[in-house]
Parts: sequence; structure tokens; C-alpha cells
Amino acid sequence: MEIFLTYLKVFAIGGLICMLGQILIIKTKITSSRILVMFVCIGAVLEACGLYEPIVTFAKAGATVPITGFGRSLAKGAIQGVKEMGFLGAFAGGLTATAAGIACAVLFAFVFSLIFSSRTKKF
Amino acid sequence: MKKEKHLTRNEQYNVYVEAKIPKTKNFPTLIYAFIVGGIICMIGQGISDALMAIWPSMSQEEASAWMLIVLIFLSSFLTALGVYDRIGVFAGAGSIVPITGFSNSITSPAIEFKKEGIIFGTCVKMFSVAGPVIVCGLVISFLTGLIYLFI
Repeated sequence: MEIFLTYLKVFAIGGLICMLGQILIIKTKITSSRILVMFVCIGAVLEACGLYEPIVTFAKAGATVPITGFGRSLAKGAIQGVKEMGFLGAFAGGLTATAAGIACAVLFAFVFSLIFSSRTKKF
Repeated sequence: MKKEKHLTRNEQYNVYVEAKIPKTKNFPTLIYAFIVGGIICMIGQGISDALMAIWPSMSQEEASAWMLIVLIFLSSFLTALGVYDRIGVFAGAGSIVPITGFSNSITSPAIEFKKEGIIFGTCVKMFSVAGPVIVCGLVISFLTGLIYLFI
């Protein structure tokens, strides 16, 4: 029962964040890349204000899987870096925390671009 | 006179474009975005729970990092197969906002511009969407660090 509740929370919060993006698309007709940029910034700012951490403890993957979670780890890494290394951490912290994600996204993209070639899209 | 004619042609073209753009039905797309986004997050939670069940020594942070890597791999693979774009057509933001959309935005142009060569095609175009995301994220992350340094 507890597991069911956890997954319900994950579904609800994750879905809500995506729905917010969809509302932005419908209302303002901004492109998807701007949505990504905007959500990363929102996530980072919320984390810096300490407002994103409660959402993560409440919804777990529902808050870390959306791109706002990427912004969250950027900000969180910077804060952690400052605590550990001082001023240098402000430069290094953000990328250190997200390095794995960016590196594997780039790596997989590169490998798959070598293997697959683009196909004509049929919709 | 000539300029005026040009303008009217532009307006005509705008009307033509308006008519051709597929109308997104507002309400159903909201529901689809909610459901698809929610399902992707639930898959993420499932992966993270499975990882922690298989390796009990794994911490929450570690499991969540691995979960993101698995999701990025999956969406990159699905993009390469051409499946992810098909999900994106009806899910809209439901497939853009999760981290899978970020991975899709890197893989998709990488494959698309392969014909223009490895360096100037794949490697350059790879960051056409992800670049701004990383730049803006880093700027905010640096500012956050600065603020915490002085607090």
C-alpha cells in the first residue's frame, strides 16, 4: 500500500510539472528548447531558495526526473562546492554534480549517431 | 506602392500558415502530457527502487544518478529508433520536460546532421538545444554558489 502511494505521488508531481510545460506551450507558443531552458532555471532558483528539496522528499523521482531536477542538481552542486572548496566550488560544483548526466547523454548520442542514420519521418 | 503590395502578400502568407498549422486541441494534450510525464517519472522511480533492491549498499543519491543514466540511455536509444518522436507528437511537453526530453534533444540533431560530417554535423549540432540549457543552468548555478559564499 505504501509503495502504491509513493508511485501515485511520483506520477502526480511528475505529471503536474509536465502539464505546466504543456500549458506554457499552448498559451505562449514558445519552442521546446525555451521550455527546457526555462524549467532548468526554475529548478535551480527553487533549489537555491530551498523550496525544491521538500518536493524531492515528497515525490522522489517525480521531482528529479523532470528537467527541473537537472537545474536542482546544478544549484545543489554549486552550494555543496562552496561549502567544500570555497570560491572555487562556485565554478566547479554545478558541473561536478551534473557531469554524469551530461557526459552520458553526449556519449550515447554520439554512439547512436554513428550506428543509426536519420530516417524520413512518417506521421 | 510596391512595399504595400509586399506587406499584403506577407499577410496572405500568414493567413495561409495559420490555416496549415495543425490545431492542437488544448484539453486532451494537457491530459496526455500529464499521463506520459507521470509514467516516465514512475519508470524512473521503478528503476531506482530496483537498483536499490539489487544492490542494498547503494545510497539514494547513487541510485538516483544511475536511474537518470538508464533513462537517458533508453530515450537516446528510442530516439535513434524513431520511436521517441512519435511519443512526442501526442504527448507534447510530457516528452520534453522529463530528462528523457533533454537526451532526445541531444541525440535527435546528432543523428539528423550526421550527413554533414562527424565534426561539423554531429558534434556541432548536438548542442543546438542542449547548449543553451547547459549555459543558462551553469550561469544560475554559479550565481547560486556566489550568493552562498557571501551568506
